[in-house]
Amino acid sequence: MNLEWRWDFAFEILPQLLWGTVYTLMAAGIGYFIAIFIGLLFMLGQRTRFYVVNRATREVVEFIRSTPLLVQLFFVFFVAPQFGIKFSAWNAAMITLGLHYGTYLSEVYRGALEAVPKQQWEACKALNFSVSRTYGKIILPQAFPVALPGMGNYLVGIFKDTPMLATIGVVELMQSANTVGSLTYRFLEPYTMVGIIFLIISLPTAFGLRKLETVVAKRQGISKK
Amino acid sequence: MFNGIGITIAQMLCSTALAIIISLIFGLMRLSSNRLILGIATVYIEFFRGTSLLIQLYWIYYVLPLLINISLEAFYAGFIALGLNFGAYGAEIVRGSIQAVPRQQWEAAKSLNMSPILLMRRIIIPQTFPHLLPPFSNLLVELLKATALVSLISVTDLFFMSKVFNQTYWMSLQVFGTALIIYYILARFFLTPFLRWLEILAARKVGKLIG
Amino acid sequence: MDNKENIKHEPLVRFHEVTKRYGSLTVLDKLNLDIQANEMVSIIGPSGSGKTTVLRMLMTLEMIDEGVIYLEGKPLTHMESNGSLVLADEKHIRSIRSNIGMVFQQFNLFPHMTVLQNCVEAPINVLGLKPDEAEERAIDLLGMVGMLDKKDEHPSRLSGGQQQRVAIARALAMRPKVMLLDEVTSALDPEVIGEVLSVIRKLNSEHNLTMLMVTHQMGFAREVSDRVCFFYEGKIAEQGPPSQIFEAPKNERTKQFLSAVLNAN
Repeated sequence: MNLEWRWDFAFEILPQLLWGTVYTLMAAGIGYFIAIFIGLLFMLGQRTRFYVVNRATREVVEFIRSTPLLVQLFFVFFVAPQFGIKFSAWNAAMITLGLHYGTYLSEVYRGALEAVPKQQWEACKALNFSVSRTYGKIILPQAFPVALPGMGNYLVGIFKDTPMLATIGVVELMQSANTVGSLTYRFLEPYTMVGIIFLIISLPTAFGLRKLETVVAKRQGISKK
Repeated sequence: MFNGIGITIAQMLCSTALAIIISLIFGLMRLSSNRLILGIATVYIEFFRGTSLLIQLYWIYYVLPLLINISLEAFYAGFIALGLNFGAYGAEIVRGSIQAVPRQQWEAAKSLNMSPILLMRRIIIPQTFPHLLPPFSNLLVELLKATALVSLISVTDLFFMSKVFNQTYWMSLQVFGTALIIYYILARFFLTPFLRWLEILAARKVGKLIG
Repeated sequence: MDNKENIKHEPLVRFHEVTKRYGSLTVLDKLNLDIQANEMVSIIGPSGSGKTTVLRMLMTLEMIDEGVIYLEGKPLTHMESNGSLVLADEKHIRSIRSNIGMVFQQFNLFPHMTVLQNCVEAPINVLGLKPDEAEERAIDLLGMVGMLDKKDEHPSRLSGGQQQRVAIARALAMRPKVMLLDEVTSALDPEVIGEVLSVIRKLNSEHNLTMLMVTHQMGFAREVSDRVCFFYEGKIAEQGPPSQIFEAPKNERTKQFLSAVLNAN
């Protein structure tokens, strides 16, 4: 095998990899969007007073958080057909990403809500605010800056987990590199380029998120240390 | 399947050891006032946190051996990639927990004329453990989960074996369900209680939770 | 430098034209201050006047911007290199820093060590004492500050006054030539201030230690000091024996400060 870096080959496969990148970004975006809502459901489930629902949600969240995303991916993709449900690889991937990151986000939400001082709730009660006003005007605006760093981390996290989707055949960046590699027997360029593409996307995103945190914190009048 | 569990645990132990060494070295380097040392550590950490673990794994297994002309067994490539990657996350935890030790502790040690090494070893590092362990515990649970990735470079771990069984018997629910449950048991009933015990031990040692 | 003068007076500590700035803020402005052996000097003054900085400079916790601090006639903050004085490196500072001991406002005991361990750690590992020798010394000192019965406790189990007495023992275990006391009672509850002051009183009267003390306890400063320095805006506005400073201050600022403090009490 030729070990020299070949620029001509790198440029030849670049369009294919960039096309894969588009799918990777879509997968991360859609998966994250689903996770935001599933996380909300999990959070509400853990805060409800109905003991059975509360307990069950906690156990499910704990289970999903403690087991590998990769194994869950295979579970959803291969087990569903046994029950006559056919998921495409893409749909199975979105469900798994959404569930897995939903459990992480529910923890972020929970922590953020708990970070709002108890006195704020009491003040709302003392002023006889409605529940929606209490949440909408008082609690959530204070919880949001607290939740933001965690939410940002998991956005970058979900993006970095998307290469796993290749293992059930979702066509994204990693899969494109695998395909190129197995057709040409050259792994140096595709895998290195995938790494660089990831760096190019995740570093500025992380930086931008940090900027956003300070902006939001400032707007809320909460100075960051 | 039992062999697979053994390999998963072996991967876990080797990569944890490597990750701890890397965390300490790069975490301390991140606190250096020397620009070069600081720069090297920052680049390392941002690089490994900025790219995906799976890519690093493939790169170390498929590309690196060709570049430097060595043969690297999948098992080694597996835990090296895991250790290097999680070490980068661990380094940030180490840095944060050292910075969380009050500045006055440095001054008190200096006023007793302690050398920088003595100061770190006897005063600062022991005090970092209560700050260090909770995030480190989370990291190790993530690490256990991440060991499943090494199956993709054909390390015969728990997940690799499940895939083999699945192809032979085609009973996905039973096979992958069992794998999930085993991972859950390892995390919830072995790793987490052990880490919790360490946290309590550390808190007691530091004298914050006596009695 | 004026070596001849040093030999003549031989103060234990000499600040010579010491200046310290934080950014554009000048905290100490060309400070000159001599402290004789066995002297007890108190520094008083409004907050932000640079009192604590004086101690922190002498303890070498802060870098010096201008001037030199001498200990026993030899430069502490600087060292001689090719016949001229340059800023001291870490090695030089470490070779003489053990001569100075400091007690902090917030005690700063090591929370993960017992009282006894706090007191033997540095003597063993910095001075190179044998463990039993260091322990003997620590037990002596803990007895003197009245903390012997708590020697195996962790600091979190002690009251502020007790912690501060241990901190004094810890500093003394290094046998420093100068003890620096930085507002050692400011973080304490009123009812335990007395126990710490009585330890300092004992050090002063029985052990004749050289001490430099920043304090807000005017009564105490008046009682124990040989000399009181009033700091204002990074300078010594007035200094003299306590009787002069407290009874017949000459400087207008001193008068204002004292009347404000005494009225508040």
